[in-house]
Amino acid sequence: MRPSAKRARALNWAGDAALVVVSLGMLLPLVFLVSNAFKTPAELLRWPPSVMPDAPTLDNIAGVLTGTPLVRWIGNSLLFAVLSSCSIVVTSTVAGYVLGKFHLPGLGLVFAVILATAVVPFEVYMIPLYLNVQAAGLLDSTGGLLAGYLVMSFGIFLVRQYVVSSIPDELLEAARLDGAGEWWIFLRIVVPLMRGPLGALAVIAFFQAWTAFAWPLVVMTGKDHYTLEVGLALFQTGFTVDVGRLSAAAAVALVPSALFFSLMRRNFVSGIAGSGGRE
Amino acid sequence: MTAGIGRRHGRGFAVAALLPVLAIFTLLRIYPIVETLRLSLFQWNIISRRKPFVGLDNFAELRTDPLFLDAIVNTTLIAFGVLLVTVPVALVLAAMIQARAGTRRAGFYEAAIFLPHIVSLVPAAMAWKWVFDAKLGPLNAALGLVGIPAQPWLFDPVLSLLCLVVLCSWQAVGYAVLVFLVGLKNIPASMYEAARLDGASAVQLFRHVAVPLLRPVILFVSVVTLISAYNVYAQAFVLASDAQGAPGHLVRVLVLDMLENSFRNYRVGYAAAEAVVLLGIVLVLTGVQFRLLRARA
Repeated sequence: MRPSAKRARALNWAGDAALVVVSLGMLLPLVFLVSNAFKTPAELLRWPPSVMPDAPTLDNIAGVLTGTPLVRWIGNSLLFAVLSSCSIVVTSTVAGYVLGKFHLPGLGLVFAVILATAVVPFEVYMIPLYLNVQAAGLLDSTGGLLAGYLVMSFGIFLVRQYVVSSIPDELLEAARLDGAGEWWIFLRIVVPLMRGPLGALAVIAFFQAWTAFAWPLVVMTGKDHYTLEVGLALFQTGFTVDVGRLSAAAAVALVPSALFFSLMRRNFVSGIAGSGGRE
Repeated sequence: MTAGIGRRHGRGFAVAALLPVLAIFTLLRIYPIVETLRLSLFQWNIISRRKPFVGLDNFAELRTDPLFLDAIVNTTLIAFGVLLVTVPVALVLAAMIQARAGTRRAGFYEAAIFLPHIVSLVPAAMAWKWVFDAKLGPLNAALGLVGIPAQPWLFDPVLSLLCLVVLCSWQAVGYAVLVFLVGLKNIPASMYEAARLDGASAVQLFRHVAVPLLRPVILFVSVVTLISAYNVYAQAFVLASDAQGAPGHLVRVLVLDMLENSFRNYRVGYAAAEAVVLLGIVLVLTGVQFRLLRARA
């Protein structure tokens, strides 16, 4: 073997070793978290800390499942995320299609305004939105929670770009010549063609709601109404000493998102990649 | 012939379909944004009927408010810290993964590095809180092995900032790697071939071919990373909360200061002024991005 080839192989191995170390390092905090969930109080106090539990116990998990509204919070978060995701997919599809395929006066301006709001962070307009929700008497309700997450500027943008680039005018025109109504064309031709981007959008919207923090924190005040993120965050300020139960609660909280991620990984990655591809 | 233009029934459909969405959008997005801008010019305590116009007084007060200045300095340090860690690390990782594209181990690396990005913020912050724990945490245990004394990671203002940078970078790097990978895939193979024929090594290819061609993508990722780090809140809420349940007092960040002014001190106009400052920062960053992109094109 030539020396340069030998060197290249050695470099390649070193690269893989580095990547393995980085990958495991990225996972390590989560591994610790899950492992702590199964440790006994005595083992949690041991120094130095162990990576894997010596005598795994289910006490912590049983404790949080029965002693806290954790399951309830998961249910609240699921409901919120599913409703928000549905709403964002529907509103984005309708608006994106109209903005992409119809040429009425003013639509260009509407699209420009929607695009401009895409860069405004939620935290910027959260307080007036809160006052709106309060005025409508929707504080501490699912409706109030959803008010912040019914529409997504980026979703409208994503659908419009897709409609413009991938749905030919000729197709729509042919359907019209055959006498198809606009709603029929939209629901039977356009929507089925957009299954890919809509799937990605649904996943992005779901995770956006699932990980929402500041908004649910101020809107939902009843302990049983908390979303998972808020419930956990407030739970950990009250229980800082009991690492076992805290870790158990956090580990349980990871289960739905890990499940969802593994089911939807491809959609998610293509969606993120798509959002990154825009420049 | 273009579809839909000027056709009566098409027009009816467009209006009927778009109007409800626009109504929701206006009520839940545009109105609150405009209202934030307006409220920032008023003094208002949420309950009172009196809401005097104070012009730019709120902004003038912000310039001398020690809590706000603390918040904006911390948030800026976190944002640029995360940027400095995330972008170079993600670039190198993406290039290394790309060199192994299509193999099963590349899939594993990608998934492992991306996973922290989708894990919920709060459980992730709780995991790191234990890692950083002064008495029982594995970080101090590991440092002890190499003879470095235990540090009070979350009880020292500077160290806890560092911890927040680590946590936020850990979450951001997966997204950056993913976007860089897409960018790298879009670089035509002929570019590499030409450089390779000239005898360039892998490192040279990365430095002189991949990085320059990725500049727009690097810029995009940098701005997205900065903007999302400026909105940091949940991470500080969890990491910097103490046993008394007083969240985030050690590391005051912009969103926390804003929410406190609004919902604890009932100073809505003042909090709105802070929101406007946050918006200003985001707009400047976005403007810089557009500018640089256009300058290149």
